[in-house]
Amino acid sequence: MRNAAGRVVPDGMPAFAGADAYRSHSRVLLSQEPRKHPPVFYSSLSAVFAAAPVVDGMTLSFHHHLRNGDKVTNAVCAEILRRGLKNLTLAPSSVFPTNAILAELIQAGHVTNLRTNYINGPAALPIEAGKLRGLLLMDTHGGRARAIESGELPIDVAFLAAPAVDRNGNGSGTMGPAACGSLGYAQPDLHYAKYVVLVTDTVVDSLDRIDLDGAFVDAVLVVDSIGDPEGIVSGTTRITRDPVGLKIARDAARFLWEVGAIRPGFSMQTGAGGTSLAVAAQVRSLMREHGIRGSFASGGITGYYVDMLEEGLFDHLYDVQCFDLSAVRSLAKNALHQAISASRYGNPFDHDPIVDQLSFVILGATEIDLNFHVNVTTDSFGRLIGGSGGHADTAHGAKITVITTNLTKARLPIVKQRVTTLTTPGEDVDVLVTERGIAIRPDRIDLIAATRNSRLPIRTIEDLLQTAHALSGVPKELPHGTRIIGHVLYRDGTVIDNLYQPSQD
Amino acid sequence: MARSYLFIPGNHPAMIQNADVFGADALIFDLEDAVAAHEKDAARLLLAGFLAKARPQGVRVYVRINGLDTPLACKDLEAVVGDAVDGIVLPKAGMSELMELSTILHNLEAQKGLAKKIAILPIVETAKSLVEVEEIAKLSRLDGILLGAEDLSADMEFERTKAGTEIEYPRARIAFACKAARIEAIDTPFTDTNDPDGLREDCLHSQSLGMNAKAAIHPNQIETIHAVFSPSPKRIEWALRIRAAARKAGEQNLGVFSLDGKMVDKPIIDRAEKILRAAERFGLLPEERA
Repeated sequence: MRNAAGRVVPDGMPAFAGADAYRSHSRVLLSQEPRKHPPVFYSSLSAVFAAAPVVDGMTLSFHHHLRNGDKVTNAVCAEILRRGLKNLTLAPSSVFPTNAILAELIQAGHVTNLRTNYINGPAALPIEAGKLRGLLLMDTHGGRARAIESGELPIDVAFLAAPAVDRNGNGSGTMGPAACGSLGYAQPDLHYAKYVVLVTDTVVDSLDRIDLDGAFVDAVLVVDSIGDPEGIVSGTTRITRDPVGLKIARDAARFLWEVGAIRPGFSMQTGAGGTSLAVAAQVRSLMREHGIRGSFASGGITGYYVDMLEEGLFDHLYDVQCFDLSAVRSLAKNALHQAISASRYGNPFDHDPIVDQLSFVILGATEIDLNFHVNVTTDSFGRLIGGSGGHADTAHGAKITVITTNLTKARLPIVKQRVTTLTTPGEDVDVLVTERGIAIRPDRIDLIAATRNSRLPIRTIEDLLQTAHALSGVPKELPHGTRIIGHVLYRDGTVIDNLYQPSQD
Repeated sequence: MARSYLFIPGNHPAMIQNADVFGADALIFDLEDAVAAHEKDAARLLLAGFLAKARPQGVRVYVRINGLDTPLACKDLEAVVGDAVDGIVLPKAGMSELMELSTILHNLEAQKGLAKKIAILPIVETAKSLVEVEEIAKLSRLDGILLGAEDLSADMEFERTKAGTEIEYPRARIAFACKAARIEAIDTPFTDTNDPDGLREDCLHSQSLGMNAKAAIHPNQIETIHAVFSPSPKRIEWALRIRAAARKAGEQNLGVFSLDGKMVDKPIIDRAEKILRAAERFGLLPEERA
């Protein structure tokens, strides 16, 4: 059958029925079960595997707050290899290049299913090559929290990196040599996994703050090192100097100003990339100029937002993950900088998720099409290069969703007739800002009216596509392979698109 | 009329392709200093192909060719002179070089059957050029004159500073020559691309000496240059009030009238009209914003 976005969904899979379809369903919640006994401390992973026990066919989960500095997932993967366990499902919240060992586990059939929100690096290669025997399911950050709390994604054992742990098994993200700040993505795993292991390199008598409640912890594994704190830094944390990126950022901020989105009490989120930070810089400058104080900024938090908080430009920061060490330090000392769980951040069934309170969000795109559908999961060959993360969550929740991207990259148009892979549906996207013009989705008549008399370069998305083609020519469309290797799930768990094995032609 | 002239390296495809997105009033595609000797042919071909296929719209397009004292200049001209190009920027331009270029352009225009006349922007960057600048400014084909302070400093053996006191005289002399000839006085680029405050100071300084535009060597400089060389909203509002009052006075056959307690006569009205022409050219009139 075809889903609401026009993509074919295999029989038996829940089909995406629209971005608001979840509203007709009720929240399903497993009960949270505090442990009856204090956690047991271990010094060997093998002993933890034996105690849990970890056996064939189980689902193991991890969080990605140590990002590309993570050693915990890799250590668990090495133990799986050593024990020769089979048919496991891994459910890390994200997979980074540092998790290369996962490729070996997939190749050899130790791991047969993978459920994650983002995948980039060597672990993606055997999946693209069709070596994952089961499926790759790709959630959003909020969708993963929903899937875990509802029992749709049952987790047998959660291995949660904890930068510091006290004698009672409570964990903190802001202490220890691998302090990574907020542990928002670990919260669903902590509360609903059948067996929870905190993995730490720092045991202390008392914690400055508790991010992981020891009442839900079964075991604490003490190791030499859980990760490299330098690896948590996400991409670039400096404002771009690229003149095209700056032009896009300026126009995005001008657009938001013209439509009145930057006003007292507003809230915002951007990514960590150089252009996103450039938008934040433009917004900051407008806030200073006009004496505007916002309510909050959210998401992955960088030092740039910390500076804005400290300058008094926002009341709060809501932090589901820290993108740099400056954000980690701020979270530890500033009460206005608050950690939030993945569910509070973007779970569609949370009573008041932060994403629903956003005035606007600035997001990127690998591809965007004439329906404003966005792809951030694959490249145009169908190769895995990322995933939604919070893309679809924030796009749905924010009052205005702005996609910023170059019109062409590496001589390829980013605006397309049809995206290769659909990550975020066009109904959740409002505006596209490129260096050659701004396109507003036709049914946002409020935004069209608000900019009608402005000097902004407003164009249709069809017009932008033509411009892109005039510059680069019309790219040859590559047919995808026929074998389905996975699915992209919308935040409610329905299939919004399939992942196909890239064509070998 | 232009505020900014953005240099784009002729050997950089991504920069060439995006040259028109930064809002510069004029573009100078560079085949000279930005291009290494071994890339000269490739850059020339690249630029000629780009201009033939995708000439930027709504902006003046110039090409800085290699010096006439090199064998490259004629090849550059052969390749780029055409309908897509508004003018040629000539480095180290003295009277004799400009006469020679004018002759070459005349012949190329005839040979290529061009209906338009290709303009010239000479770069005054030698002591000899500077002392000839009043004569240079009178030549036909000139859109303006660009000060090249870096080469001039080498020729004069003075040190370039951020304050720019050493180029006050060349700036002022070029500005006077250009204003007398009713052509653009274009200031030398500010070479620190990471110092917007310094750029602003430099623009204000050159403007105070009579320069009305500035060359940019990085797109991120355009916004600052425009902020200085555009008429301010306050000045536009003043000029509009002068225009309205002048029209009213004209209906009453008054040559001189008073506004806000100050006498207004023809020079002030002319100044106001000049501001409004610039504002109109740059799309800054309030009705255009409405």
